[in-house]
Amino acid sequence: MNIDKKIADDLVANDVSFVTTVPCKQLAGVIEEVEARDDIFHIPSNKEDEGMGLCAGAFMGGKRPAIIMQNTAIGVTINTLATLTQFYRMPLPMIISYRGELREPVACQVEMAVHTKALLAQLNIPTYHFHWQKDVEEFDNILKYTFMCNKPVAILTDANFWGGYGDQ
Amino acid sequence: MIRSEILKEIAPILNPHLVVCNIGLPSQELHMIDDNERNFYMLGTMGLASSIGFGLALAQDKPVISIDGDGSVLTNLGTLPTIANNATGNYTLLIIDNGSYGSTGDQPTYAGQKTSLSAVAKACGCDNVVEVQDKDLGPVLQSAIDSDEMTIIVCKCDSGNIKLPVITLDPVVIRHRFMEAVKA
Repeated sequence: MNIDKKIADDLVANDVSFVTTVPCKQLAGVIEEVEARDDIFHIPSNKEDEGMGLCAGAFMGGKRPAIIMQNTAIGVTINTLATLTQFYRMPLPMIISYRGELREPVACQVEMAVHTKALLAQLNIPTYHFHWQKDVEEFDNILKYTFMCNKPVAILTDANFWGGYGDQ
Repeated sequence: MIRSEILKEIAPILNPHLVVCNIGLPSQELHMIDDNERNFYMLGTMGLASSIGFGLALAQDKPVISIDGDGSVLTNLGTLPTIANNATGNYTLLIIDNGSYGSTGDQPTYAGQKTSLSAVAKACGCDNVVEVQDKDLGPVLQSAIDSDEMTIIVCKCDSGNIKLPVITLDPVVIRHRFMEAVKA
């Protein structure tokens, strides 16, 4: 299964047409796939809270948005998630590369990884963790759930899900 | 002129259009001067008025004006390259630059010292950047809205605030009526 294509297919099938991204090595393939789709307007952001602002505007303009980013960004977007996305009740699927988990080669990434789920739980953000490639089968349902409940929803995708860093 | 005087003067120009207004006193002033469903008041999240308005402009065709402040733009400078590189003609970014953080007690910003936000916007790649003095804003804003090109306006003015109450509208009500206005 090509998980990059599957994620982009599910975004399109769920009418997600506005996607902002902040890059991560693990996300390079899915970002490329999103960029290639005619049905998706892809706008890279310089910072994740900026991206959430763009998504809020796009949602109010009638588009279904999504953000693709790294888990380190949870540390810089808490205020935006609480006072914009949640306060105004807006849907936002967050496809997050979960750095610092199993098969991570960079020690510093672990320092935010250990806080990631706790921060999301503290914010009452529904959170899913993709560890095996087959977990991507849930993605379509997660998107439907996000736009049903008008909440930010986190999909943490770890190195094992993406196939590691060429270490195996 | 101080910001509330400027907003009073441009309210009739803004009225027919979708406006995303900066957190704190700017939103409270606009709410007092001309509350309507086409105004989106930011109740939190300093710095994102420009990004929210820009996302809205990209998602639909109606003109959108983001009213931002110099202090707020300084917290989210990274959005200027995003705006420049994805320019859309229905977007106007109005930065009311009074050189101070008005909502927090008029502490000076760097925009009131050596930093020029119009030079920053140009350096970020924004093609149409106009710096204007407060009393001359009206016609500049009107022509920016009427134009097919995206415009960044930096309006230099005095710092100063008026006393007025906070906005007590529920955020979901603000968002819902705004989305209905977008669709109308």
